[in-house]
Formats: sequence, structure tokens, C-alpha cells
Amino acid sequence: MLTEEMQVVFDYPDALTEETTHYCPGCTHGIIHRLVAETIDELGIREKTIGVAPVGCAVFIYNYFDTDFCEAAHGRAPAMATGIKRALPDRVVFTYQGDGDLAAIGTAEIIHAAARGENITVVFVNNAVYGMTSGQMAPTTLPGMKTTTTPTGRDVEIAGYPIRMCELLAQLSGASYIVRRSVHDPGNINRTKKALKTAFRAQLNQAGFSLVEILSSCPTNWGMSPRDALTFVKEKMIPYYPLGDYKVAEAVKTIAQ
Amino acid sequence: MAKGTIKIDENRCKGCELCTSVCPQHIIQMATYFSARGYRPATLVDPAGKCTGCALCAMICPDVAITVYRETKPVSGPKIQVAPA
Repeated sequence: MLTEEMQVVFDYPDALTEETTHYCPGCTHGIIHRLVAETIDELGIREKTIGVAPVGCAVFIYNYFDTDFCEAAHGRAPAMATGIKRALPDRVVFTYQGDGDLAAIGTAEIIHAAARGENITVVFVNNAVYGMTSGQMAPTTLPGMKTTTTPTGRDVEIAGYPIRMCELLAQLSGASYIVRRSVHDPGNINRTKKALKTAFRAQLNQAGFSLVEILSSCPTNWGMSPRDALTFVKEKMIPYYPLGDYKVAEAVKTIAQ
Repeated sequence: MAKGTIKIDENRCKGCELCTSVCPQHIIQMATYFSARGYRPATLVDPAGKCTGCALCAMICPDVAITVYRETKPVSGPKIQVAPA
């Protein structure tokens, strides 16, 4: 029962529009959108933030954020963000990319943006499948995982091994903050929020390239209930993609504290 | 224990049931009716006032459909600090 003594302790973030998302029920994109929006609100950067939308399920992200947005060609969000950030260095520029976008067609762009140490923030949502195009195998699909193009499970003899992007990018000198988080339970959602805040603050402090990989679920294309999908993230994805800080540059360590 | 409550926006809820899986008091249930959008929305069934306003449901809600309210003063026990969401 709502009484007069009660105060709102959790409300809709200002940086999200009132639009309802087109995501499937239980899709964790919505949680990640909220975390990014709350980060933007808390840092007070809504008026100077420019997002770069990917191709993938999050292609309509510009409808949901009350900030400026640009739509990039498939995989080219880091290249577009580079241009925006160099032309308008006082803005906060972030890209929001899925695994099919960032780890497949956009591999070159992300690696070179990180190698150049572009002062942008990348939100990388890894759900191990091509969601928008109905669940084909992605570069991040787990060995043995069933998708529409690997109906008997991903055979590593034919399709090779999944790419661990954080480990790859952490090798590059230009990268300043590379971490992997998950949103499968409230505790991990909180940790993801902290990482996103650190990543945006790294950009505000001119620390260089920051990327937060977030393990996400795809209940529809995995053929699971939303709850089972989060259990899959916890039990199957995290062992292959361990959570943690892969690179935290000295300049970011002081920010994170 | 602080007292709290939640409001669920039925027009945003897609009936994914994730909030029911994290509620420590097990007081969120799925409705028996359909919302205007065609989903069975989550509803708070809390006649005993067990909701503490912990906001776990709101944190996991992918559609940001839940607003959480909490009493600033605890009913009993030591004084708690209400952290901003």
C-alpha cells in the first residue's frame, strides 16, 4: 500500500523516452538500455551525449534514448564514433553494439578504434547469437550451442571457435578500460552499472578507448523462457566468457575509486 | 524492515516473469487477464504488506515498468539509510 511516508526510490530514467521497446519479452537489452540511461543521467551529460546505433536488435535504439543518435552501417559504429568524437571533442560519444555487429562484420573497426585509442565508449552486448535475423550462429556462439545455422550444435571443426573480444582488445596499448560484465541477476546488474559509469567517466577524463562487454540473453532465439535464458548465461556463458577486468589503465584506476 | 510498495505499468510489462523470479517475498504474480498489449502483466499481490521496497524487481525488469516506493523511516529496528536509486 502506498502511503504518504513513502518516497520514490526507483523510477524511470530521464534519458529514456516514453517509447516502449520492440524487444522480445525478457530480452536483457532493456536492462542495459536502462543502465546506460541512468549513467547518462547521473553524470549529467544528456545534452552532450551522442550515441551511435548498430545494426542488429538494437537498431532502433535511437527511438528509446532521449539523446542525440546516429545510425551506422553494420559494424561501422566505432568508425562513425571516431569521426563524431574527432569533429566534436567536447561531446560524449558511445556506441551500442551486439556481437554480430562488433565481433563479426565490425571486427576491423573495433580493433583499430581500440588500437588508435579513440576516446569513445563502447557498450558491447554479447548474446552469442544473431538475434535480429532470427538466430543464426554468431562468432560468439558457444561450442555445441544450437542455432538455426548450426542445428546440431556449433561444431568447432567446421565453424571454428568463439572469439573472446575483451581478451583480444586488452592486448592493445590504446585501450584504457576493457571489462566484461553480465546482467543475469541484480548483483551483476549493479556491477555492470558501475562499469558503465567508469567507462563513461574514463571518456570524460580523456583516458582513451573504453569498452564494457555485457553478457546478455536471447530467450527467443535460444528457445528458452526468459528465466532459463538467464540461467544459461550464468551456467554456460560465464565459464567460456569469464567476467572481470581485462584492462584498467592507470588513468582509469584513479577514476574507478 | 522498511515498508515499501511497487507500481507496475501494465502498458510496459511484457509478462517475462523475471521480476517474479527475483522477488525475495514472492509477492509478484502474473495476472490472469491480458493487458491491452496482449501480455499477462505482473501484479503485486501483497495483502499482508510484505513488500520492503528492495527494488530487485525493478532492477531486473527489462521494460522499466516498475516504480518502487519505500518508507523513509523503518517500522522497527535500527534506522536505515535510503540510498538514491
